[in-house]
Amino acid sequence: MADTAALQTSVDTRSWFHRNQQRIAPWLFLAPGILFFLVYVIFPVFQSFNLSLYEWDGLGTKEYVGLRNYEDLYWEFVDRDAFYVSLKNNLIWLLLYLLAIPAGLMIALFLNQTVTGIRLYKSLFFFPFVISQVVVGLVFSWLYDPTFGLLNVMLGWVGLGPINVLGNENLVTYGIIAAGLWPQTAYCMILYLTGLNAVDPEQIEAGRLDGAKGMRMLWHVVLPQLKPATFIAFVVTIIGALRSFDLISIMTQGGPFGSSRVLAYYMFEVALSEYGFRMGYGAAIAVVLFLIMLCFIAYFLWSMYQEEKGR
Amino acid sequence: MFPTPIEKQSRAAQLTYQSLLPIALLMWLAPLLAVALFSIKPDADFTNANYWGLPSSFEGLTNYGKVFFESDMPRYLLNSVLITVPTVIGAVALSTMTGFALGVYKFRANLWIFFMFVAGNFVPFQILMVPVRDLTLELGLYNTKTGLVLFHIAFQTGFCTLFMRNFIRALPFELIEAARVEGVSEWRIFWYVVLPLMKPALAALAVLIFTFIWNDYFWAVVLTQGSESQPVTAGITSFNAQYRAAYHLMSAGSIVAALPPVAMFFLMQKHFIAGLTLGAVK
Repeated sequence: MADTAALQTSVDTRSWFHRNQQRIAPWLFLAPGILFFLVYVIFPVFQSFNLSLYEWDGLGTKEYVGLRNYEDLYWEFVDRDAFYVSLKNNLIWLLLYLLAIPAGLMIALFLNQTVTGIRLYKSLFFFPFVISQVVVGLVFSWLYDPTFGLLNVMLGWVGLGPINVLGNENLVTYGIIAAGLWPQTAYCMILYLTGLNAVDPEQIEAGRLDGAKGMRMLWHVVLPQLKPATFIAFVVTIIGALRSFDLISIMTQGGPFGSSRVLAYYMFEVALSEYGFRMGYGAAIAVVLFLIMLCFIAYFLWSMYQEEKGR
Repeated sequence: MFPTPIEKQSRAAQLTYQSLLPIALLMWLAPLLAVALFSIKPDADFTNANYWGLPSSFEGLTNYGKVFFESDMPRYLLNSVLITVPTVIGAVALSTMTGFALGVYKFRANLWIFFMFVAGNFVPFQILMVPVRDLTLELGLYNTKTGLVLFHIAFQTGFCTLFMRNFIRALPFELIEAARVEGVSEWRIFWYVVLPLMKPALAALAVLIFTFIWNDYFWAVVLTQGSESQPVTAGITSFNAQYRAAYHLMSAGSIVAALPPVAMFFLMQKHFIAGLTLGAVK
């Protein structure tokens, strides 16, 4: 009797699972991914917000200080000329990094031909994106080297004196951005090359019959069709600009005199380097950077939402 | 095709284009070529200030030999492999499941969970830095490859879910419907119906994540120190400190560090590009 009862219930549970399979299955599939993502990405964001209200050296007890870390940032009580220089450099990075998009488009247009060996050319042009930013940073710091760098050799040909790009407070950020633009342009180029492949040839022909040529054709017929590529190029370029860390760390470590710092690097310096472990203060810088990024994230999600609704 | 195909233009234009191509490429890759040149020069060329002339002797084998046999480089390379490969497997496995769940099932929280993954993928690393470092310390995984791998898997799941979900959305839904009518369980649909169709997406993600993780520097610096667990991107800085001003060795080291993702790209080019364009541009 007991056996049949046990059998009965097990049959029941199985059929319940079976009946509700389509409602339960997605959660089972999602569970491991969501768990990992919550623990390592979503919760830490909130923990950082919380931490920014404390003073903490990473080991001892945390001391609640309210908004003092933010006040310190705003008035630059702790590090003179660090926060606003970083903020200004972030802005320069954002603006100049966007040059990768038109530059990538230009190279893509240049390479969008069908001569022999063009595929190899395309891959070789893409090369800089595949190598790590650490190596890009090393390569460019040698390029800029005042004693033997290729840049100064070339400047010498046209009779210009040697310049020490990475040692000059006014040039250093631009020098690093130029290094960053190299792989980023390659990325945008590949996005546009794939986009150009999908451009409708009939519309081009129709445009030609209407007498459109060159820039007008590009602007009115080709670019509208490249919109998806442009969107992705914008997303990855803006994210890349605000994430700039590797190049600065490798090429200048924020110098000379902190003039090439950006928020991402300043935060790292404050929280985890010889300048002492000021975790709360670092978290406050990270929050500022996060809020800047959040404007863009919100915009990206909004565009994606519009597209989802349209389906 | 835009711009106008070159073969429809004058002979002069064709010749100009053909000769412009290699020149443009040389200029574009000049910084890299310089490093390649440095890496085969003997030490003496640098002390004699012969930076840009031809190498006075070919020392490529000596230089690369030093990198491989007299430095920590092989150790760092091995660490990189041991960090990158598990991450690729883990992230691709997790996101195939999440992508499947978000791409196939209709439920109220679907879009919100999807947006959580997408938004998380865009956050600046610095806002995660202190809590993730603490968590890793608490788990006793600081300065281990496992600690780095766990974080990388979690973070990459965001991007991979975005990719997988969009890919699954583009598959013919009728196949899944038909299987359901046959009474096939959801797990078996995932394993036998959907997974075989996802091979291109799996390949694309695998190459892409391999490159991202191999090239990671920030987390390597935050979560590890020392040659027993640091990957090659972080190792190259200590390598350079060891061989300060030995440009021929530093160049050879950089080239060795950069080579694996480059090889990966050339072997799997089609998949790589499909992955980069997020499948949004066909």
